[in-house]
Amino acid sequence: MDQNDINRLRGKTAVVGLAESGCGLASGWSAMEIMASAVHDALDDAGIKLKEVDGVFAATAFHSMAAMSLSEYLGVKPKFADGSQIGGSSFLSHILTAAMALDAGLINVAVVAYGSNQKSAGGFKTISEAMPYEAQYQPRMPVTAYALSAKRYMNEFGATREDLANVAVSARDWALLNPRAYTHQDGPLTVNDVLSARPIVDPLGKLDCCLVTDGGAAVVMTRSDKAKDTKNTPIYLLGAAMEHHHRMISEMPDLVQTSAIESGKRAFSMSGYKPNDMSTIQLYDAFTINTLLFLEDLGFCKKGEAKELVKNNNIGPAGNLKVNTNGGGLSCVHPGMYGLFVTLEALRQLRNASGDDVGQRLNGGWIDNAKLSVAHGNGGVLSSQVTNIWGVSDTL
Amino acid sequence: MAENLKGTVGPEQQFKNFLSEGKFMIQRCKSLNKFFFHPRVAFPGSGERDLEWVEASGNGEVYSSSCNRRLPEKGGDFNLSLITLEEGPRMMARVEGIDPDKVEIGQKVKARISSLNGEPAVIFDIV
Repeated sequence: MDQNDINRLRGKTAVVGLAESGCGLASGWSAMEIMASAVHDALDDAGIKLKEVDGVFAATAFHSMAAMSLSEYLGVKPKFADGSQIGGSSFLSHILTAAMALDAGLINVAVVAYGSNQKSAGGFKTISEAMPYEAQYQPRMPVTAYALSAKRYMNEFGATREDLANVAVSARDWALLNPRAYTHQDGPLTVNDVLSARPIVDPLGKLDCCLVTDGGAAVVMTRSDKAKDTKNTPIYLLGAAMEHHHRMISEMPDLVQTSAIESGKRAFSMSGYKPNDMSTIQLYDAFTINTLLFLEDLGFCKKGEAKELVKNNNIGPAGNLKVNTNGGGLSCVHPGMYGLFVTLEALRQLRNASGDDVGQRLNGGWIDNAKLSVAHGNGGVLSSQVTNIWGVSDTL
Repeated sequence: MAENLKGTVGPEQQFKNFLSEGKFMIQRCKSLNKFFFHPRVAFPGSGERDLEWVEASGNGEVYSSSCNRRLPEKGGDFNLSLITLEEGPRMMARVEGIDPDKVEIGQKVKARISSLNGEPAVIFDIV
């Protein structure tokens, strides 16, 4: 199959509705209730009726068969459903699968959804099995895995904990502009705050780690021809690709190079755009090291140079690169699996710039004239990498 | 038992049985003359099935390391590292006999079989 055949998905589908629900603390609400509420809100946003939904895509840490449970709860009888579980990036891969199913004519309206009440239900939640050959040593997963990568990164490239801390400082600065962010009222962070936070797994401290919150999200997708008739600005899927090389951190071929190198290359190729064309850059920042790795692996700088790129708040609101503009998993929201929130922010920035009302931000929180966003999802322990490129209609 | 499952137990159980006997064994693909870890039914990536168990030299080098913070009443801080074995493969393990936050990348280590929570485990010491 040649590249033209693969690229047939470019621009064929669009997100026409989106919503989040229960972000922060949603005491008394179940993961399913939070997820289903997001789906209904996203359908309202799209102006599409529930009975039109014939594709359901979901994964959570609460449901072993999430797509089936969600379909039943909604009262939807899908013609195609997928609950593939590849960690926090699952939703970006669901978007690719949904695009394929829509383009093939198997379905007409897809919802991709997530919901979690992990914070109000007692903390980080996983349904992962114990990893053979690792569990015996009692790693504090997933933190230990990311700490091992961070340590190796610091060693190979002469990076410091201060370089990692710069990522958390910029993420917080974005959150201060976003009233939806969990830390919106918490004030700015300094590098010293990050360095002096409680150590979790050296070299990562508490403020190098994402938040633990509740929250759900959903997007509604259709083919592009139908998208034009919905009530909001459609945002088109221009490129999508995934790759993974390991499940266990001990099997990661190189701790400082993720398979985002491959997913990014193919997603950008499908889109016809380059990293520097992106108006906004939304990266799955479960830990500060992620942002450095993904800026490099997606092609925003060379390997080992992200520590320079993030200096002087260059990825903050006043910087040159608009990275994790909601505040990220570090400072906005992180209900266990963050992939759909990366996606939501990529889409919201484009819709806001197109004139849609997608909420209020303080001055500088919305990116003027945003036309293209990259959303990058990470799952497991730097394992699954999925890249989606989104654009407004004149980027088609 | 299915005919394609040769041997009395699978490679994971064989590895554990060797550890119980005090041996740290890893697999080698004979036709490729390459070692690999973790134990599998075939060579990862290309699928060769002519495998044999070889006792590891136990020599290795720290590829990366972390200090896992834990309350003293729960056992205190502990080290968790990735070790590149002399034979090539990499594995997760603990480095002991040194402060858990003092293990550095590139340090030479040597394996011994100890126990963790009542199960035999490969542990490394700084050479």
